Amino acid sequence: MALKIVKGSIDRMFDKNLQDLVRGIRNHKEDEAKYISTCIDEIKQELKQDNIAVKANAVCKLTYLQMLGYDVSWAAFNIVEVMSSSKFTYKRIGYLAASQCFHESTDVIMLTTNQIRKDLSSPNQYDTGVALTGLSCFVTPDLARDLANDIMTLVSHGDCVKRKRCSVLIMYKVFLKYPESLRPAFPRLKEKLEDPDPGVQSAAVNVICELARRNPKNYLSLAPLFFKLMTSSTNNWVLIKIIKLFGALTPLEPRLGKKLIEPLTNLIHSTSAMSLLYECVNTVIAGQYCSSVGSVVLCVQKLRILIEDSDQNLKYLGLLAMSKILKTHPKSVQSHKDLILQCLDDKDESIRLRALDLLYGMVSKKNLMEIVKKLMLHVDKAEGTTYRDELLTKIIDICSQSNYQYITNFEWSVSQPVTPHPPGISVSWWTIRVFAVAQMATLLDNAHLLTGSMQRNGICEVLYAAAWICGEFSEHLENPLQTLEAMLRPKVATLPGHIQAVYVQNAAKLFATVLKSQEGNTDSTTAQETSQLMIDRLPLFVQSANLEVQERASCILQLVKYIQKLQQKDVEVAEEVIALFAGELNPVAPKAQKKVPVPEGLDLDAWINEPPSESESEDEQPKAIFAKEEPKHSRPRHTEVDEKELARRREARKQEQANNPFYIKASPSSQKVYQDAPGVEHIPVVQIDLSVPLKVPGLPMSDQYVKLEEERRQKERAEKKKKEKKKRKEKRSGRGKKHDSGPESEEDITPAHMVDIVTEEMPEVRCVSLQIQFSTSRIFNELSPSSFWVFNEKKSSKHKKKKQKKEKEEKEKKKKKKKHHHHHHHSDGGGEESVQNGTVEEEEPLPVSVYDIQGNLQDGSQVVVSVIFENKCDSFLKSMEFNVLDSLNSKLQRPEGSGPHDGLTVPFQLPPGVSNEARFVFTVQSIVMPQKLKGTLTFIVKDSSTHEKLDFKLHFTCTSYLITTPCYSDAFAKLLESGDLKGSSVRLEGVNMPFHHLLARICFHHHFSVVERIDSCASMYSRSIQGHHVCLLVKTSGQTVSIDAKCDEPTLLGNVLDEIKQTFSQC
Amino acid sequence: MIKAILIFNNHGKPRLSKFYEHYTEDTEQQIIRETFHLVSKRDENVCNFLEGGMLIGGSDYKLIYRHYATLYFVFCVDSSESELGILDLIQVFVETLDKCFENVCELDLIFHVDKVHNILAEMVMGGMVLETNMNEIITQVDAQNKMEKSETRQPETIS
Repeated sequence: MALKIVKGSIDRMFDKNLQDLVRGIRNHKEDEAKYISTCIDEIKQELKQDNIAVKANAVCKLTYLQMLGYDVSWAAFNIVEVMSSSKFTYKRIGYLAASQCFHESTDVIMLTTNQIRKDLSSPNQYDTGVALTGLSCFVTPDLARDLANDIMTLVSHGDCVKRKRCSVLIMYKVFLKYPESLRPAFPRLKEKLEDPDPGVQSAAVNVICELARRNPKNYLSLAPLFFKLMTSSTNNWVLIKIIKLFGALTPLEPRLGKKLIEPLTNLIHSTSAMSLLYECVNTVIAGQYCSSVGSVVLCVQKLRILIEDSDQNLKYLGLLAMSKILKTHPKSVQSHKDLILQCLDDKDESIRLRALDLLYGMVSKKNLMEIVKKLMLHVDKAEGTTYRDELLTKIIDICSQSNYQYITNFEWSVSQPVTPHPPGISVSWWTIRVFAVAQMATLLDNAHLLTGSMQRNGICEVLYAAAWICGEFSEHLENPLQTLEAMLRPKVATLPGHIQAVYVQNAAKLFATVLKSQEGNTDSTTAQETSQLMIDRLPLFVQSANLEVQERASCILQLVKYIQKLQQKDVEVAEEVIALFAGELNPVAPKAQKKVPVPEGLDLDAWINEPPSESESEDEQPKAIFAKEEPKHSRPRHTEVDEKELARRREARKQEQANNPFYIKASPSSQKVYQDAPGVEHIPVVQIDLSVPLKVPGLPMSDQYVKLEEERRQKERAEKKKKEKKKRKEKRSGRGKKHDSGPESEEDITPAHMVDIVTEEMPEVRCVSLQIQFSTSRIFNELSPSSFWVFNEKKSSKHKKKKQKKEKEEKEKKKKKKKHHHHHHHSDGGGEESVQNGTVEEEEPLPVSVYDIQGNLQDGSQVVVSVIFENKCDSFLKSMEFNVLDSLNSKLQRPEGSGPHDGLTVPFQLPPGVSNEARFVFTVQSIVMPQKLKGTLTFIVKDSSTHEKLDFKLHFTCTSYLITTPCYSDAFAKLLESGDLKGSSVRLEGVNMPFHHLLARICFHHHFSVVERIDSCASMYSRSIQGHHVCLLVKTSGQTVSIDAKCDEPTLLGNVLDEIKQTFSQC
Repeated sequence: MIKAILIFNNHGKPRLSKFYEHYTEDTEQQIIRETFHLVSKRDENVCNFLEGGMLIGGSDYKLIYRHYATLYFVFCVDSSESELGILDLIQVFVETLDKCFENVCELDLIFHVDKVHNILAEMVMGGMVLETNMNEIITQVDAQNKMEKSETRQPETIS
């Protein structure tokens, strides 16, 4: 043995430690992977040795390799070995490795349960510390279930502050993985909110804040407590958390927002910590819909200070918070436009992005042009593509906001190269068409300058629009021939296909217009030249690779050739050509298509021609192209027929347009008609807030226009002032009121304000119903890891209701700790005391208040039931009296001198919405039978002065006398062998849940602990307060679960099994 | 909650990675790379907050980082943490490292990543802030180191 040890230490001298490994990796930069793989081989060797020091060293190295991205899960078992070393040094290494690479599907994790339990209860606080830290990283539902109670022990009885702090924090993880533990643990947690140690307190705040983030509603009732903390705490970390929590709560409870304003404003004024200030502002904003304008203004002012600060972080946060205010109080933010525009020039991209977000909300008719101008400047300057893209999208967003409602000057908007959807605009507002067309023509003319850079960033899409506009409204063009030429430039062929197609099509439209204007002249040569131009240029497009371009181009080419022939014969063709494109395009509502009924028998999804099968070989494809082209050639030939044919086609075209949903025509007007008779009324445009008609077509921005706009604004301003005055008056009176209630509210937290919310038509005050949840706890023995918290699900139909309330109730449980200490004095060291639980059944249909009972059982004969009364109605409750009809077995302990049927006065009154806790002691003699005690609660409702009565039942189940006690398998086996136990069994049918859920349920609801689990079979153990052993063997196959049980008290066992059965019949 | 704490150098080499949620090793490396990519292209003197990357978190998450000489300290946190608070925490972390290693430099972190983990464990547990007071942290770390030392002096226990 000794030799082995010596050998081990010598070996170790030659082993690489972590530093050597790192050094080695650094020295093998070229073949790092190879070097590491040899290291891993070495590590594998080291792990095979018995020496724990060698193993720990190996595990330590693995942790490092894990960080570099190597999978080390193969060593999981060795990690567990190192974790279980008795030496802190190695233990820590083991836990660190585990926390880095264990996760829920690591199977060896189940081996760690007992080790962790041992470490948690270790007298060495650092062992506990590393165990908690590790557990916080790799806790699984199973671990959470098995260890919840041990952690709870640490929480309430850890003498070491640090351990306590850790264990409070880890509770959150346990709740996450094993939500059922939340309910019994909650009172403990709540208690910690008032722990004398600020560290523990802050940990508790932390945990509750995290919980509340997931489900804020359930934590509303904690608001008074947090309010108290907020006004008393000086720890900024805690304050920030609390304030953040309030930020989540205020949207749910407007009254809270009101209440918070004052302390928050005080903090805002007094604190020097920017982080705290910022959170205060954030929370005020969260509750702003109910807060006064004054506080919002204060916030905005403070934010301005942040934004003006030279610290980029503060600037960023200021802008972030600003954008939240923007949603509800755009006005207050708009007054800081200067500052925000300034931020656009910031060198920090994050800040510019934040400022951009704000701009969106700040745009008004008044400043749109100015802002967009500024943004355009930035677009030019922007280097990074992401930022530029963001800028462009923002410009488009800003401009198109609510259907262009802010764009008062469309001429301006069209002249912007990146304006959104110019076709949309120009179709919608005929008034600016002329202008738009001119602009677009220029754009097309200059397109060659832009194309180079434009193609990359997609601005060339604008050319698509430009071409379309010029073609469609070609009659407005000053020099259509020039535009036509521009559109047929060879350079166009470099544009994307879909744009070329539009070019070609619209070139034809332009061609028609040009012909029309030229035929008036006597000289026919110009017209022929135009045709020639078309014929010269179009072949370029006929060769295009894009099918659509090809088709359109060849189609039009044939048409032009034909026209040329006619021209040579001196036939006037212009009218006919124009007729091809006759008809006005009007705007169509986006949903118009939906209104058109689909004709019967038309299946839009059906293929017209079967799609070509995919197996077609590639060389067949060119053929297909040619085949397709053929009909095209035949078409122009048709035109050769005669003029009658042309007329017929024209008619057909008109007919088709009439039927076409996209052509909503007010009248069958041709373009000529609308040229001289503007039919504004007919245009069913999205409404636009134009106070001034745009009079001067073609001229950008008339002074007149600006002036009118000014006047209108002044008028508005005057009106606003009037309104504001009124508002201010109202406000003043409002504030007055607030002051009245102010001082009062400082004293007691919840109730004061609620008074004014009482509704007149309160339902006849059937105020109280009972929802009692009953659980008991034993006297905690610090070092014995076992459970002490239990409760029972309610049964029958009320089950559901209860669930909803569950969370609420949890909050109500608190202040247990003092009680426990108190009991310590009484108990004569009876050790393992029992747990008792039960339910109180509600009999009132209208639950207005929630009562919550927790019992403390001790001595095996005494039960302390703590009841939480929550007043859920809106009136004050007083003179409450609690009474229970005693049974032979269980008696309510009454003060000396009172009769056996007297009720106990509840020592407090309840304002609306408030809860409080009272405790009652019962003596219990036999625990083998479940019991139900009937009771009543009487109270007076202050407002109506009625005397109300509420009946309830206290249900002491047998499982509640059981206490979770861990048992090791050898002890368990001995127990079974001893033969003192009597057996019984039960079968559960139709249990449809995974086995581990099933076990968890039994553990949780019936206070058992799992001794051993093998596949679908598990042994479980529990002990009653009077020392009865209860052993279970649970087996499952399919949906049937069989439970064989043994206990030294058959009656107790029978009842426990019944209760287990009941638990599963409920699910 | 803090979702992850990463330390890497100016070239993106990880010096410490602590994830409070499980990811596979590959994803972890990807996250480190992505985070490095996001953080490294930022200038000095810009704000220390960054809307999160694709892999980690999502919209609710932020990267909060500080850059010291050759090292980036990055915390990935959700909206329940105070941005400025976390910045302070990073500062506390670095100062603590400085105290524990006496003028900390990148090499200390490279060779003693386990110690860095131990220090971090005193500050953040399971993604929640445990302790923000530097002296308190150092006391705890020292006490544990002392214990470790006393153990190494002891002769090996015979098993």
